[in-house]
Amino acid sequence: MAELVMTGVTKRFGATVAVADLTLTVGDGEFLVLLGPTGAGKTTTLRVVAGLERPDAGRVLLGGRDVTREPPAARDTTFVFQQYSLYPHLTVYDNLAFPLRSPAHREPEERIRARVGEIARLLHIEDKLANRATELSGGQMQRVAIGRALVRRPSIYLMDEPLSSLDAKLRAEFRVELKRIQREVGATILYVTHDQTEAMTMATHIGVLDQGRLVQIGSPRAIYADPINTYVATRLGSPAINLVPRRLYPDIEAPAGATTIGVRTEHVRIRRSTNGSAVGRVKWIEHLGDQNHLHVTIADTDVVTLCDRDAGVVVGDAVDVELTAPLFFAANGERVRAG
Amino acid sequence: MAEIRIEHLQKAFGDFIAVRDSTFTVRNGEFFCLLGPSGCGKTTTLRMIAGLELPTSGRILLGDEDVTFKRASQRDIAFVFQLFALYPHMNVRANMAYPLRSQGMLRKDAQTRVEEAARILRIEHLLDRPVSGLSSGDRQRVALGRAIVREPLAFLLDEPLGAMDAEFRDVMCGELRALHDRLQATTVYVTHDQLEAMAMADTIALMNHGVVEQLGTPQDIYDRPVSLFVADFIGSPPMSFLPFRGRVAPGDRTVRVDSVDIALPEVHEGSADAELVLGVRPEHIELSDDSPLRAEVVDAEYMGTTQIVTLNTVTGASMKARIPAHICVRPGESTGIKFRPGQLSLFDKASGRALRTALHDGGAHG
Repeated sequence: MAELVMTGVTKRFGATVAVADLTLTVGDGEFLVLLGPTGAGKTTTLRVVAGLERPDAGRVLLGGRDVTREPPAARDTTFVFQQYSLYPHLTVYDNLAFPLRSPAHREPEERIRARVGEIARLLHIEDKLANRATELSGGQMQRVAIGRALVRRPSIYLMDEPLSSLDAKLRAEFRVELKRIQREVGATILYVTHDQTEAMTMATHIGVLDQGRLVQIGSPRAIYADPINTYVATRLGSPAINLVPRRLYPDIEAPAGATTIGVRTEHVRIRRSTNGSAVGRVKWIEHLGDQNHLHVTIADTDVVTLCDRDAGVVVGDAVDVELTAPLFFAANGERVRAG
Repeated sequence: MAEIRIEHLQKAFGDFIAVRDSTFTVRNGEFFCLLGPSGCGKTTTLRMIAGLELPTSGRILLGDEDVTFKRASQRDIAFVFQLFALYPHMNVRANMAYPLRSQGMLRKDAQTRVEEAARILRIEHLLDRPVSGLSSGDRQRVALGRAIVREPLAFLLDEPLGAMDAEFRDVMCGELRALHDRLQATTVYVTHDQLEAMAMADTIALMNHGVVEQLGTPQDIYDRPVSLFVADFIGSPPMSFLPFRGRVAPGDRTVRVDSVDIALPEVHEGSADAELVLGVRPEHIELSDDSPLRAEVVDAEYMGTTQIVTLNTVTGASMKARIPAHICVRPGESTGIKFRPGQLSLFDKASGRALRTALHDGGAHG
């Protein structure tokens, strides 16, 4: 495994700038997730690292070596795609062994057997080695696809939404599994997704992308607690952060220039109004089993908060809405800090 | 609007029974979800209500009318498909007016209806746009609009959000429910996504192998699953299971798992000495060092507001706990676990059925 360093990488397609002046380091053994919506430049970034796209500017260094001009085969990276493409006529064993038998990385059969066995154990598919790829369930196929990446020991694994073709339940299982495998192997991973849950739960660091630009990078906790603008704030957290006009809360002390207050659902305190000083009214309660989402209308703004099932608040109730731990944003969406 | 009554509905395709003796009522104005994994019979049920399939036996009543063997076109029902089939050569207005015009309604009257529906859906600004340039959300709104203009007795929706990505699905869920609250229209909604059903439905019918396994409000199904299947299908993460061997008798208030006594709602239905399963929702598991029930932390998934901790108990069960995000847990650590006693479920492993407890017979609180 090795460190990946990208400096000033720009990639254009005609007039569109897919990746804009991207500078990024993925440390050895780190699991970095690039998070962003469709068109943010996630996949293009991966393809530049893999050598499938040549950047218009900037450099790509793998383990200290400049690989910007090198062809994909010389780079020692492994790509896991969204759609698992296995060879249907081969067994699971032969699918896993395939990368080790390629002319570029040819290894003795004995070593291959040992390595495939090791990876199959890691992925819990030892008993499926003799099966044909077509006899597997979706989850097993994706496990084999990831296994095929893992049999090699490249400098870095590049993963492009590898879980998005799985159903919700398998995806949840795989998040835990992929993280375990990454830990056990000590793999360096650059992973791209639009799914904030995957980013929050697996990443050592998250890089948030917006229209080809890296907006913020940090640990999941740091980015969640301390976003630098409303774009980052709204990309993480479910339900999404509440953005409330500053004028609704004239009594909260705010730094100069703050027009919007951002407050996470867990920082909204709701009380049934008893003295007629209500600021909001309960519009709708969403029962999601484990938690209730309370939708409260304050003037013309909706605020969503979690509420205990036994809180006894019903639709139409007048409530006091207290905001604790507020974040402040300027009119252009940038964070403004006190002092 | 009208009530839909399904009585002993059955559908066989050759030897395969897709829907088996289904009986339920969709109340007037209700948002009703048919939920289940693929192949459970939910879409077949919906298609029989629409008249796109004929049942092998049983009856379907729409309002007071028996429509079991009526043609689809003679049932006053609007069907919205997963893949919104819009006419690509027509603009939004013409697409929405089409069902009315084809019934012979005057252009002027049709336009009034279209504009009214567009207002409800908040797509008035799109009326003169071609459908080809629309986003998937707007296309789905137009498809809904085409159903709304007909002012049918009931709406049937077949996974209308299935083709959208997760983030947008949340937005559309809120929108669909708000739309339903405005129209107060009887709606039958088919989905395999439990979150959609939990977020929108008044009543859920959870189907498995052609049978309605449980019928109830989202909260009721979540709190009081009748079977291991239901407990495992609902919730994200789903209910955690702690299998153990034992015997329970009516009146018991504890069970013994690995020589630890665990309190649970009073048992109302006894069992022989058998393989039993204790069911715990993730938010009812607490990490507590002084608890004798031990587990190893496998993983902690940070979610912002909360975290999901995967645990392996000393008895070999895998469980997931949802706890506040600020509590520090590390993989490999040993910890004690405690359950909120009032909310535990108890199942017989062989039959998969829940054993009745105080939780079922007059809601307990824990």
